[in-house]
Amino acid sequence: MRILVIEDDAETAAYLKKGLKESGYTVDWSKDGRDGLFMATSEKYDLLVIDRMLPGADGLSIVKLLREEGIKTPVLVLSALGQVDDRVRGLKAGADDYLAKPYAFSELSARIEALLRRGSGQAAADTKLRVADLELDLLARAASRAGKAIDLKPREFRLLEYMMRHAGQVVTRTMLLEGVWDYHFDPQTNVIDVHMSRLRQKIDKGFASPLLQTVRGAGYSLRAAD
Amino acid sequence: MQRTRLFKSSIFRFTLIYTAVFGLSVALPFGLVYETTVSSIDRETNAAIVSELRALGDEYERLGLESLVEILNERSLDPTDRDAIYLLVDDAFRPLAGNILEWPKEPIPDPAWLRFDMQIVEGGQSTTHRIRSQVLHLSGGSYLLVGRDMQQRRRVQSSVRGALGWALALALGIGIPGGIFVSRWVLRRVERMAETSLEINQGDMRRRMPVGEAGDEFDRLASSLNAMLDRIEQLMTGMRAVTDSVAHDLRAPLTHVKGRIELTLRGPRDAEAYRSALTDALAETDRILDVFNALVAVAQAESGVTRDQMAVVDVGDLARDVVDLYEPLAEDRGLALVLSAADGAWARAHRQLLAQALSNLIDNAIKYTPEGGRIAVAVRRADGQVEIEVGDSGPGIPEGERERALERFARIGHPATPGYGLGLSLVAAVARLHDAKLAVGASDPGRKVSPGLKVSMVLPGAAEPMRAADP
Repeated sequence: MRILVIEDDAETAAYLKKGLKESGYTVDWSKDGRDGLFMATSEKYDLLVIDRMLPGADGLSIVKLLREEGIKTPVLVLSALGQVDDRVRGLKAGADDYLAKPYAFSELSARIEALLRRGSGQAAADTKLRVADLELDLLARAASRAGKAIDLKPREFRLLEYMMRHAGQVVTRTMLLEGVWDYHFDPQTNVIDVHMSRLRQKIDKGFASPLLQTVRGAGYSLRAAD
Repeated sequence: MQRTRLFKSSIFRFTLIYTAVFGLSVALPFGLVYETTVSSIDRETNAAIVSELRALGDEYERLGLESLVEILNERSLDPTDRDAIYLLVDDAFRPLAGNILEWPKEPIPDPAWLRFDMQIVEGGQSTTHRIRSQVLHLSGGSYLLVGRDMQQRRRVQSSVRGALGWALALALGIGIPGGIFVSRWVLRRVERMAETSLEINQGDMRRRMPVGEAGDEFDRLASSLNAMLDRIEQLMTGMRAVTDSVAHDLRAPLTHVKGRIELTLRGPRDAEAYRSALTDALAETDRILDVFNALVAVAQAESGVTRDQMAVVDVGDLARDVVDLYEPLAEDRGLALVLSAADGAWARAHRQLLAQALSNLIDNAIKYTPEGGRIAVAVRRADGQVEIEVGDSGPGIPEGERERALERFARIGHPATPGYGLGLSLVAAVARLHDAKLAVGASDPGRKVSPGLKVSMVLPGAAEPMRAADP
């Protein structure tokens, strides 16, 4: 997997490169928008990480140009402008995700993973999602594990659907807030953990191999036990 | 000084405009009267000349030259019509009859209107009179001239002109001082505002524009400038509070991290000790980031959101979602979190920020309500307004400190609990953004021990949006 990082700050770029290489990606770095745009159009990348504020150019204008060129490579925009409205502007310009600085590396890495796996996992049109012996029927709004029906509240259903669509990936609390509640702020108290422990009670209790794992310092992951 | 020059030139310009308008309003009616009078005199004179000349011509054709001479002699002596001019000459221009002595030197034009000047002696004084006349070439070869002395027209002309001159002089006499007076009066008020804003610029933020009693445009301008100044002062106070609290909320934890790192680096340690120090530092940094994010959220709600990011939302639905988010947490803490939401409580709102504000209120309520307590969230509709209310059965906030509780970072009675003050200040900022009234009271004011905290936000309501507008 090849990632291009367009970021003018050398220290941030070094930190990103190191972290991403350790996660197993091949990383190229461009420190200005023009070179970055050239690299993104002339070479094949699986993902672009673009800083919003580049010398002489707005990162969003690069995204716009890329989209006008018909380049559909997933783009994650990093920005010091974390305001809700800036985020909306970023997504409108054609970015696939928007992450405000300062962020935790685990957050960035989870989002990159989600973007890279997008489309390769279970198709959006699927009406049944399956992870190991856990099954979710989107039409019948029913969940079952090993043939045993699980009774879920509407919100729990959507939470599980999100986890199953991102099966095998690390999903952060912020991603859940965004994906399930459409909230782009972090509540003062960690409310997500309580929701997840309820969900775990329902899907894992009484089964030998737990599917819903807590990933320390990052979030959660739904996967079949190794 | 440039300001004074501008002020002076403004007076000059205003006076000029004022006088010009004043003068024109005098000159135009006068001009109209003049023009009408003169042209009507002209018309009448011409008609009289033409008809008399024709009548005399007829007389000549009928009765002959001698009879015409007689008539002319008679008419020349008529004292009632002293302006009439007659002259009959033979084919060699020798006078035969009439009241002027000789044929004018001017050639006879075609058509036969003849204008000439003539010396007339009246009361020993000779004056030049303008004569307008018409000439008829009689069949016998003689010429008949009938005219009118235009002296009267001239008198009318000159008297109207004179009056116009006086009127204009009067207009300028009143207009210039009047213009100066009015523009001085207007500009003095502008100048006073300029002076006040100069003082404010020099740092006296407490100064305000003088507002008169009349309620005129200047008073309205002054009032709205004052409102703007109030807002600026409020923001500045807010900024100061932010600076203070950044110092307070961020300096302490940053000092902790720094201290811990220094301590760890001082002595030889094993890998496990480094690891644990780093983990601690990371956790501390996360807390710092939380405070930082809360600060940014408040700043954003205060100033960073544009109105076009707002949309009409169902506040009941919004509250349902937030309650749904907190319900498991409340249950874990042994609290009952109940919602009663009216249908169709539409309001123009920034969905994210309003949800965050409500989430902070519920979060606080959960934090401060002892186990077994109850948190009631209500969305009501009344008089075109939408009220969101969160009440708990916790200790509440003493009456005297409620106002301060809404100020940024004020931490009433809970100095050790981070996030409390920030949470409420965000609520206050979001309320301001939505033009909402925010009130802090007690859920159950009768109770002495734990009256509970009740926070209510009243937003202006909105009409239900069209279905088609739904995305």
